[in-house]
Amino acid sequence: MNGALPGSKILGFGGYQPDRVVTNDELAALVDTNDEWIRTRVGIRERRFARDDETVADMAEAAGAKALAAGGLEPSEIDLVIVATCSPESPMPNVAATVAHRLGIVAPGAYDLNAACAGFCYAIGAASDSVRAGSARNALVIGAEKMTSWMDWSDRSTCIIFADGAGAAVVGPTGEGEPSGIGPIVWGSAGDQANKIVINGRNGSLTQDGQAVFRWATSLHPVALEACRRAGVTPAEISAFIPHQANLRIIEAIAKKLGIPRDRVADDIITAGNTSSASIPLAFARMAEQGRLQPGTPALLLAFGAGLSYASQVITVP
Amino acid sequence: MTDQEILAGLAEIIEEIAGTPADEVTPQANFVDDLDIDSLSMVEIAVAAQDKFGVEIPDEQLKDLKTVQDVVNFVSKSS
Repeated sequence: MNGALPGSKILGFGGYQPDRVVTNDELAALVDTNDEWIRTRVGIRERRFARDDETVADMAEAAGAKALAAGGLEPSEIDLVIVATCSPESPMPNVAATVAHRLGIVAPGAYDLNAACAGFCYAIGAASDSVRAGSARNALVIGAEKMTSWMDWSDRSTCIIFADGAGAAVVGPTGEGEPSGIGPIVWGSAGDQANKIVINGRNGSLTQDGQAVFRWATSLHPVALEACRRAGVTPAEISAFIPHQANLRIIEAIAKKLGIPRDRVADDIITAGNTSSASIPLAFARMAEQGRLQPGTPALLLAFGAGLSYASQVITVP
Repeated sequence: MTDQEILAGLAEIIEEIAGTPADEVTPQANFVDDLDIDSLSMVEIAVAAQDKFGVEIPDEQLKDLKTVQDVVNFVSKSS
């Protein structure tokens, strides 16, 4: 995409979900809701909850190990680790350094990045730029969330949506003459709507203005179109559209506006819930398992969430 | 734009978003009770109506727009 700089690409993805499956009926026993309402409004059938003693770092480590294996890289080949998360147990130490150490990655640059549900695309953009600029040979990017730590279990508008999990990708350089596999990021924020998705205070829980967020998110198709344009592809050429798994209704509305057929659209939310920054790499790993991805073809990512923040880029399927 | 033109435009939007046949979109039809359109679809319809008719339909206004005629009146008054 730019001859002056080396290119970057994604070498492999990995996902981790906790063991515990939580059905809509189980939540209906906690709050006034029901399976039919959740399926039609949000599209979720079931989701996964982490164990009480399972941390964001534990899940990040599991996903990171899978991505390293999928990318065929040794820990010694990684020198940057970025963990996108908005739900760590505490603000310090960061998750990234701990996870790097556990994975046997010695002394990498390691930092956490908070762009909430948009975090994974932000982190891929940051890792790609680092690889292209020569700041890192290869980077491990992880989105990991324990959203259930921040739920109000009496708020039926949020506790039925969010879930736990982690997903990861390895970013490395392209070979000589090989076209770049990560297109330019199109990103931004709308701080004027910062109050639409919030965790208030140290012991707060997540609240959101669902209707306002729905309106905003379903109007983000121009961001995805711009990412396609900057990568030199049309939506018709996109082999897979993997948006943040916030709500199936949002996903389908955006896909429709982009003219991308439903069978090319990730719908991992049905069984994973909304795992914030983990949702895109988790959905990617799931589509790969299902044989729905063709290596070498362009896939479109679009992430959006609290901030409000958004980001989109086209990547080549590894 | 006449009320009839707004109604026709609105029927197109509702068919596109909710799959409701345009001929069922009559002025008296109630979105929830007659057309089976929920609050999220109403948001999508509002956004599409904004683009089509060039009027702002804020979230706070949406809950008061219960029938097709309510939307026609709102658009007609605002444009």
